[in-house]
Amino acid sequence: MSTYTASLLADVGILTLGALSVYVILATGQLSLGNAGFMAIGAYLASYLTVVAGVPLTSALVIAALCSGIIGVMIGFPALRLKGIFLAMATLGFGEMIRSLFLNLEITGGAGGFHGMAHVSVTYVWIWVGLILVLVWLMESSRAWLEMRAVADDETAANLIGLNTTMTKIGAFGMSAAVAAVSGGLFAHHHVYIEPGNFGFERSIDFVLAVILGGSTIGAGSLVGAALLVLLPEQLRALDDWRPAAFGALLIIVLLIRRQGILDRSLLRRFTFRKQAA
Amino acid sequence: MSAPLLQLSDVTKSFGGIKALSGLSCEVRQGQIVGVIGPNGAGKTTLFNVITGAYRANSGDVNFDRQPITHWRPYRIARAGAVRTFQNIRLFSSMTVWEHLLVAQPGRGALWRRALPTRWADGAAIARAEEVLEFFGLKDVRNQIARSLSYGTQRKVEMARALTANPRLLLLDEPVAGMNHDEAEDIRRLMLRLRDGGLTILLIEHDMGFVMNLCDYLYVLDFGVLIAKGLPAEIQSDPIVMDAYLGKEA
Ligand SMILES: Nc1ncnc2c1ncn2[C@@H]1O[C@H](COP(=O)(O)OP(=O)(O)OP(=O)(O)O)[C@@H](O)[C@H]1O
Ligand SMILES: [Mg+2]
Repeated sequence: MSTYTASLLADVGILTLGALSVYVILATGQLSLGNAGFMAIGAYLASYLTVVAGVPLTSALVIAALCSGIIGVMIGFPALRLKGIFLAMATLGFGEMIRSLFLNLEITGGAGGFHGMAHVSVTYVWIWVGLILVLVWLMESSRAWLEMRAVADDETAANLIGLNTTMTKIGAFGMSAAVAAVSGGLFAHHHVYIEPGNFGFERSIDFVLAVILGGSTIGAGSLVGAALLVLLPEQLRALDDWRPAAFGALLIIVLLIRRQGILDRSLLRRFTFRKQAA
Repeated sequence: MSAPLLQLSDVTKSFGGIKALSGLSCEVRQGQIVGVIGPNGAGKTTLFNVITGAYRANSGDVNFDRQPITHWRPYRIARAGAVRTFQNIRLFSSMTVWEHLLVAQPGRGALWRRALPTRWADGAAIARAEEVLEFFGLKDVRNQIARSLSYGTQRKVEMARALTANPRLLLLDEPVAGMNHDEAEDIRRLMLRLRDGGLTILLIEHDMGFVMNLCDYLYVLDFGVLIAKGLPAEIQSDPIVMDAYLGKEA
C-alpha cells in the first residue's frame, strides 16, 4: 500500500469515528456542531500522555476517552436544557471555546502546535474504528438505544412512560465525547503534529456531513459517509478548481434523492432478509 | 378499609384565566376500574396530566401508593407505577410495535443489561413483551411501524406499551375513541381481565355505553368542577349529570 493510500485510509477511519460521535447524539434527536472540541481534547490529552508522560498509546487513548467522556457529561448537564437549534449553537460555542483554549495553552505549544508523537499505522487506526463500530452496532440492538430513539421521536411521551430522558441524553453526550476523543488521539498519532486549527468548526461540520450523507439512522452510515467525504474529492481531482463545486453539487443531489442518507435501517433489513432467504 | 391507591385533594390547575380543574378531590381504590366522564373541555385530560406530572398543579396534593407525588418528575411517577396512554396518540414514529413493547420497561434490568443487545442480555424484557403482545393480539403486526397501523390498533399499541411497564395504575385517555363496536368490546373484555388480575384502571371515555358496562365507580367533571360521583347506575339517573350533558348538546 502506498503511503498516499494509507494516509487516505487512515483519514477515512478517523473521520468515521468523528461521524460516529455525532451519530450517537443524533440518535437522541440532538445536533452537535462542536464535536471537534472533544476531538481536540482527545488529541492533546493523548499526545501529552504519550510524549511527556510516556504512557503507552492504547492506554493514553483510553484515558483520553474517559476524561473527554466525563467532560461531555459535565457539559451535558447545562447544555441539554437547550434543544434543537439552540443546543446546536451552544455546542458550536463549546467547540470554538476549546480551540481557543488550546491556542492559548502554553504547555501544549499554543498556536505553534504540539509534536513528538510516534506515528501509528493505518492498521492500528482501523482496529480502533472496527472496535467502536462493533460496539455501536451491538448497542443499536439494545434497549438503551431504543430509549435514545424514544427521546428523538417524542421526548415528552418518553418521559411520561417512565424513561429518564435527561440521563439518556447526558449518557449519549458522554459517549459521543469519548468517541470523538479517540478520533482525536488517533489523528494526532497518525499526523504526528497537531495545532488548534486542526479542530475548527469545519471539522465539526465534516462529522455532521458524513453522518447525514452516509445515513443517520444506522452506525454503518458513518463509515459510508466518511469514505465518500474523503475519497470522492480525490476522484474529482481532474476537475481541478471546480472540485469543491462539483462535490457540493453531488452532495445536494444525494440528499435530494435520499434524504435519510445512503444507508438506512430498511435498506439494511432488506440485505439481512435476503441473506436469510438464501 | 385500606388507603386508596390514588388520592387527589383539593387540586387546582388553571391556564391563564381558565380553571381547568378547581378544587378537585377524588380517589381510586385498588383493584377497581374507575371512570372519569364529562363534556368536552371539562378538564379530564388535564386531570391525567396533573396525576402523571405532565402539568404541575397550582395547588392541592396528589398521593399515589401513599407517596406524595405532586412535584415528582413524570418518569418517576411512571416508575412508581402510574402509567398512561394519550388521547391524541403518541407513539414513537420510528419504532415497530415490538420495539414499543421493549422500550417501555425502564425499571427492568441493570444498565449493562439494557446497553447490550436485548436478545443476549434481556430475556426477562423479551418475555414480558411477548406476554403483552399476545394479550393484545398484536402478534401479526409485531414488526410493523406502529404509526402505520389502523387507528384502533395504534390505541392497542399504546395500551400495550403502558402495560409492559407493569403499572399498578393504568390511566387510559379515551381508549376506544375511533374504534368500532367490536373493537371496543374487545378492549372492554381485556380491561376486565386486567382488573381481575389485580390491576387498577382509571379511564376517560365519552362512549357512555362503554363506561356504564365497564366501570365500578364514576366521577363526572364539568368546567373543572366535580359535579357528581357514584356507581354507574346512580350516575345514569343523576339529574345534575343529565343537565350537564343535555345542556351542552342543546
Ligand atoms: N396546555 C394548555 N394550555 C391552555 N389551556 C389548556 C391546556 N390544556 C388544557 N387547557 C384547557 O383546559 C380545559 C380543559 O381541557 P381538557 O383537555 O382537560 O379537557 P377534556 O375534558 O379532556 O376535554 P376533551 O373531552 O375534549 O378531551 C379546556 O378549556 C382547555 O382549553
Ligand atoms: Mg381530553
